[in-house]
Amino acid sequence: MTNAVSMLRRFTAARVALGRAGNGLPTQAHLAFQAAHAAARDAVHAPLDTAALQAAFSAIGIDSVVTHSLAPDRRTYLLRPDLGRRLRDSDRDALPSGLGEVVFVVCDGLSAVAVQRHAAPLIAAMARSAAPVVIAEQGRVALGDDIGAAMGAAAVAVLIGERPGLTAADSMGVYLTWHPAIGRTDAERNCISNIRPEGLPIAAAAAKLTWLITAMQHMRLTGVALKDEQDSTPAQSALLN
Amino acid sequence: MAFRHTLSGTAYVFDDIATLLARATPFRSGDALAGLAAGSAAERVAAQMALADLPLTTILDNPVIPYETDEVTRLIQDSHDQAAFAPIASLTVGALREFLLMADSAALTALRPGLTPEIVAAVSKIMRLQDLIAVAAKCRVVTRFRNTIGLPGRLSVRLQPNHPTDDPLGVAASTLDGLLLGAGDAVIGVNPATDNVDATCTLLTMLDAVRERYAIPTQTCVLAHVTTTLRAIERGAPVDLVFQSIAGTQAANDSFGVSLALLREARDAALSLRRGTIGDNAMYFETGQGSALSANAHHGVDQQTVEARAYAVARAFAPLLVNTVVGFIGPEYLYDGKQIARAGLEDHFCGKLLGLPMGVDVCYTNHAEADQDDMDSLLTLLGAAGVTYIMGVPGADDIMLSYQSTSFHDALYLRDLMRLRPAPEFEAWLNRMGIDSAAGQFPPTLSPALIGLG
Repeated sequence: MTNAVSMLRRFTAARVALGRAGNGLPTQAHLAFQAAHAAARDAVHAPLDTAALQAAFSAIGIDSVVTHSLAPDRRTYLLRPDLGRRLRDSDRDALPSGLGEVVFVVCDGLSAVAVQRHAAPLIAAMARSAAPVVIAEQGRVALGDDIGAAMGAAAVAVLIGERPGLTAADSMGVYLTWHPAIGRTDAERNCISNIRPEGLPIAAAAAKLTWLITAMQHMRLTGVALKDEQDSTPAQSALLN
Repeated sequence: MAFRHTLSGTAYVFDDIATLLARATPFRSGDALAGLAAGSAAERVAAQMALADLPLTTILDNPVIPYETDEVTRLIQDSHDQAAFAPIASLTVGALREFLLMADSAALTALRPGLTPEIVAAVSKIMRLQDLIAVAAKCRVVTRFRNTIGLPGRLSVRLQPNHPTDDPLGVAASTLDGLLLGAGDAVIGVNPATDNVDATCTLLTMLDAVRERYAIPTQTCVLAHVTTTLRAIERGAPVDLVFQSIAGTQAANDSFGVSLALLREARDAALSLRRGTIGDNAMYFETGQGSALSANAHHGVDQQTVEARAYAVARAFAPLLVNTVVGFIGPEYLYDGKQIARAGLEDHFCGKLLGLPMGVDVCYTNHAEADQDDMDSLLTLLGAAGVTYIMGVPGADDIMLSYQSTSFHDALYLRDLMRLRPAPEFEAWLNRMGIDSAAGQFPPTLSPALIGLG
């Protein structure tokens, strides 16, 4: 038994037992926080390297096409969620249609780093579709509705960079939507979050997504009616949704 | 009813009170996103001038959302106290600003039932930060459950020991860290990662055991949805405070899955447990600018006015605690540190003026243009404004909700700087327990082994 405050660290990854300098943090703890915030900030603002991503797909034998939302840059993207949900008209016209049941869309979201690292490995672990993967810059989740509808997809799986926290700046989410169409709500989607090696590893995420796709095709829907029986319901944030 | 003002030879017209309020609002991204913001700096000042000339009775007589279709409007109109309103009944918004700056604490207390959210939001729009701070600092709001919150010269802290998987040991470890640093007198309150009855009951039982084991004069809360908490009460779980996120329109509350009737039912259930030892303020509410727009339920009303309307909902249920989660919602509503700071001080001012025990979650997300310096600024300004409580999160880093709030250290800084003390019962407990946060050891009275951490 110990009464040393440092024992708290065994029970949580929270920043406990930091010590004090007066009322402030010791310098090392203060700068460690600044470093974590810097990584998160850089992840939010890092551009998606679409050429590298296309090469990664190419290396596993998957075609891809690069598109862009109506948000021209990151600042507009952050200020105008509506623009991040709509595709540029010229990009929409260039998309192939009528290929494949499930279309995969890869969006930078709030962390290009996340999809840069995890999107190709996840798709590589999934059953192959004939449709090309659609890469989208400055995209939000609902951009998949625009893309999926344009391609006549039965369903769309949007792989997207999640908002970086201080713990991880490379967390990826997947949103699955049956019969994508503009105006679908989040209640009509199923979500897998926290995909990263230290969170939900790629193999487990692929198994979960495969399960969801199979269940979706059986029930012909996604959303709250399609319960993820491998997991409990994610909490609505107790703060503001 | 249209309003006009001519400034430097340009005539500006505002179609109705909601438009006038929106155009007069200091710039924030959420109002621009909604298409409600003034088109120029000059138009904004023209709107502020027109607003300053507006009689308060005109605001009372013209609800921004119709009485017939919105139960929050009905609550505001039906509970308005004409007698309390009498001292300001002949004033304009501009004259109210001067009245508030000159009034003493007793006058502000007497005025509360005569004020409506739209009136306090209107006057806040023509106030600088200095005004918002000076008036809020004169407001006295005291609430009680197991201790006394909001006395002059006191600053309380919500201990927020969140854990990404609701692991009880992890939550307990963060709780002990906070207690050692003097936090927890407002509430020990956990946001559950999973909103279900089982997880909520597990956390409630654990928190209650910790409180009992150390005999802490405070209250605990699991910030689950109100319907989850009601089911936990049915199961006999030890519920001190009932929590809920609320907003300022009926439609936005619908999107949160709540109504005034449900909140009434929840308060009745909490009071039936009779767990408060020195008072029966049993509710805890969170709010935040932008939530109504986010739910597409703002009815063309600017986000700060809608936020103030949420305080009318809160005050109907005599809460122990209310806080705005000011920087959580993201940059499309509050873009940067400047917008977050102004919003935090507006919310605190409006809540206090309406009689709420107002705390602020001084916080930001990583896609907002804000950092720790912005938080230090707002924290210090709120200390000067007499904020009732702030959050205490280990190292300011909430590892479950992935945002940055204030830390236990931040609370120590503010108490020391402003010569503020914890709630009296909690302060006596800290002394009795021999808690010395400068030491690297727990005192034997606060030994982790006593709650199964060893």
